[in-house]
Amino acid sequence: MTMAGTETGACCDPVILNEWHAVADLDEIRRGELRTLLLGERLRCWIDAGGTARAVTGSDRELEVRTDYGYLWTTLGEPSGGVFDVPETREHDRRTLNALTVGIEVSAPRAVENFLDMAHFPYVHAGVLGEEPHTEVAEYRVEERDGELWAFDCLFYQPRASAASSQAVLASYVYRVPHPYSAMLYKSSPSDVDRMDAIGIFIHPLTETRIRAHLFISVLDDVSADREIRRFQQGVMAEDKPILENQHPKLLPLDPRAETPIRADRSAIVYRRWLSRLGVTYGVIPAVEGVRT
Amino acid sequence: MSTAERLWHPLASLHDLVPRHVFWGRLLGRELAVWRADDGFVNVWENRCLHRGVRLSVGTNDGRELICRYHGWRYASRTAGCTYIPAHPADAPARTICNRTFPSLERYGLVWSGADPDGEPPTFDELESGQTLALRGVAVRAPAGLVIDALSRHRFSPTARIGVPGDGNGAGAGPRMTVTGRGDYHVVLRAESPDGEAASTAVFFAQPADADRTLVRGVLAAEPEPGSRIPVWRHHNSALSQLRDAVEAEARRRPPPEPMVAAIEQVPIHLSQVPEPAQKGRRAALRVQVARKWQAAVDVAGFDLVSIAGQLPTFQPGAHIDVHLAGGLIRQYSLTNAPGELDRYRIGVKLEPDGGGGSRALHDSVRVGDVLAVSEPRNNFPLRRDAVRTILVAGGIGITPLLAMSQALRHQGLDFELHVFARSDDHIAFAELLDGLGEAVTRHIGLSPDETGAALESLLAEPGPHEHVYVCGPGPMLDAARRIAAAAGRSDDTVHFEYFANPTDIDDSSAFTVELARSALSLEVPAGATVMEVLRANGVEVASSCETGACGTCRVAVLDGDLVHNDVYLNDTEKQQGGEMMVCVSRARSDRLVLDI
Repeated sequence: MTMAGTETGACCDPVILNEWHAVADLDEIRRGELRTLLLGERLRCWIDAGGTARAVTGSDRELEVRTDYGYLWTTLGEPSGGVFDVPETREHDRRTLNALTVGIEVSAPRAVENFLDMAHFPYVHAGVLGEEPHTEVAEYRVEERDGELWAFDCLFYQPRASAASSQAVLASYVYRVPHPYSAMLYKSSPSDVDRMDAIGIFIHPLTETRIRAHLFISVLDDVSADREIRRFQQGVMAEDKPILENQHPKLLPLDPRAETPIRADRSAIVYRRWLSRLGVTYGVIPAVEGVRT
Repeated sequence: MSTAERLWHPLASLHDLVPRHVFWGRLLGRELAVWRADDGFVNVWENRCLHRGVRLSVGTNDGRELICRYHGWRYASRTAGCTYIPAHPADAPARTICNRTFPSLERYGLVWSGADPDGEPPTFDELESGQTLALRGVAVRAPAGLVIDALSRHRFSPTARIGVPGDGNGAGAGPRMTVTGRGDYHVVLRAESPDGEAASTAVFFAQPADADRTLVRGVLAAEPEPGSRIPVWRHHNSALSQLRDAVEAEARRRPPPEPMVAAIEQVPIHLSQVPEPAQKGRRAALRVQVARKWQAAVDVAGFDLVSIAGQLPTFQPGAHIDVHLAGGLIRQYSLTNAPGELDRYRIGVKLEPDGGGGSRALHDSVRVGDVLAVSEPRNNFPLRRDAVRTILVAGGIGITPLLAMSQALRHQGLDFELHVFARSDDHIAFAELLDGLGEAVTRHIGLSPDETGAALESLLAEPGPHEHVYVCGPGPMLDAARRIAAAAGRSDDTVHFEYFANPTDIDDSSAFTVELARSALSLEVPAGATVMEVLRANGVEVASSCETGACGTCRVAVLDGDLVHNDVYLNDTEKQQGGEMMVCVSRARSDRLVLDI
């Protein structure tokens, strides 16, 4: 097996080309121009003198932009609508911030799948999001609703579920995948039992096998300083990064016989089928023709 | 398949295999995880967990098993078979969940492996003296052929006395070099001092890591005095570094070769789907030889069974094997082995003078050297490892599966206690293993049935959170434990039993119809026949082992119908739910049963 990242050229996957991608935290480009890649193409982003966010490709093509949820979203294609809705951002008692932006040598779908996974908590996030011997993943439901994936009834034992928690809880999660390269999770808030904290991973695909992951946070937490919330999420991501960078192949295989799923991987199984059905080819190894997925 | 794939290649130096370490190796474009178990066995596995593709070289070598960093899946030394999936603690992993392994062999201080090698690694007369020193591997970014060309012109000191006059390195007084052997992947070199007084021979191997990457692994045909190894290594490192610089410069002038492609095998179709399929048959797939037989306790014979061909399959704590004996007798015995002990299966056989003759045959007739037919291990008594505390209760020979569990829990550092009930100390089988378990063991010796009941009441009282109980022993003791555990408020799903035999008197006078929902078959079960017999007579495969309602192997899902449960495997809650039956003994109360097969 070749372990070198497959730095491919331009993306020709219409599904991914026609999506909005979160390429920067707005604070990042307020500090100065960002030179980066999007789907293998060179990209410059900045905020001009009039305060307008701009995105221009290496061939000087001005791209459409959106500034939603604190990020600059842009596209190389023609999206059919706006950026997916995050209704929590309209609740004004929430603290909403970008907890971190981190570069990871992996494909976007591998990172999304890691975000949807609970079984790794006791091993990768030991003492924080999980702890041996509490390793069981209870049965949960995965549904497709209005073109998005949702996982319900997810329960996991967590010693320290968030920056604001002081004791172990059986945390309850709901996952949502509104975009092939972005996902949200909602978990019981330690500050308000009736509401959920929201965390999102918005992925900026530099190439097929290199990403920047933006971690979006919208929490009910009057206590923790931004710095503490960021430190908590940075700690979690620092533990996931080496695992993701040690996955081979870096592209997510959609052939069901490429890897061995178990019941706990139900959300990943459905996510892989969903990508196949959407026809996504960028960042994945498509299933071989004739194999039912 | 290329020639290179049929050859053995060096992959690591023995020095690389530090205890409890996983070495990252590379051969023919494939990454390999190389690790030595505490028993000395060297494992060479594809460097990829088949669950989610994470490199196993970032996992943990615990001395017996390799644990994946991502989800804690455990893989046994030797087979690479999965023994535990933490996300589903109550389930025994399918035996076929197995990472890809490659052969390994140690020779000349190196570990050898290959994609699909024929025969054995090459031998060299120069290295057969037994006195060898493996040099440090040097990575070169060039194809193996270029490296071999350069090695045939390589120069090194003929003496181990590096840096002193006459070491052959001084200007003008270079060593005389002779190539005394050469192949596609090796060069044998002899260095002689100009005065002919000192000579040294080394074999250099080019390990083809990838099309453009080669590791030079040298073996010196001499063992320097202790203390002089470091200058020898340093000298060769420096000489090989010069060679590397020259070869890499040469390689850069050529077009880069196509990288090698080492295909990742597909997982078997049944593993790619959820859920797992039923296991099949009551077959004795394995042939094992009795390597050792000894008295393990009063009336208990211990047997070590080794494979006569190939590797023994993976087992998990709680698993048993069927032993097939003359006259069609089939008996189940639990494996007592610790994790990763796959060089042999160890069982204990209690003499049952009033039994059907199986234990008598094993005690009296089976000798060291005999070959036995046994099944692959099956696990109907899986051990959860998500308990905060585990209580193991053994009565008599019921200690055998609990020994396997104790050693697994001990090895993993999980909290447990093992209560051993026996008539005397001499009746405790494999008592020497208990010493290694230290304070976790409590012995209850020579108790009457009432005293046993009282002891069980005290140790099963006050269930704690996340506590699981495993009991194996004679029927009356299990019945008492079941009653006491229920009275103490322990739920059925936290108390696990393994019966040796089913004491139930079975009334098989009923007749009924079974409908097979998936096979679209409708079959009549007459009085005197079991569901299993009728299924098999009609060509429906059913896995089985004890066929007496004790082991749980022939469990089948029931979609409709009233059941008479004659087994001792299902707990009361499961029996009331009526969703499963043991087709070897259980029957219908209604006229009709619908089975999910």
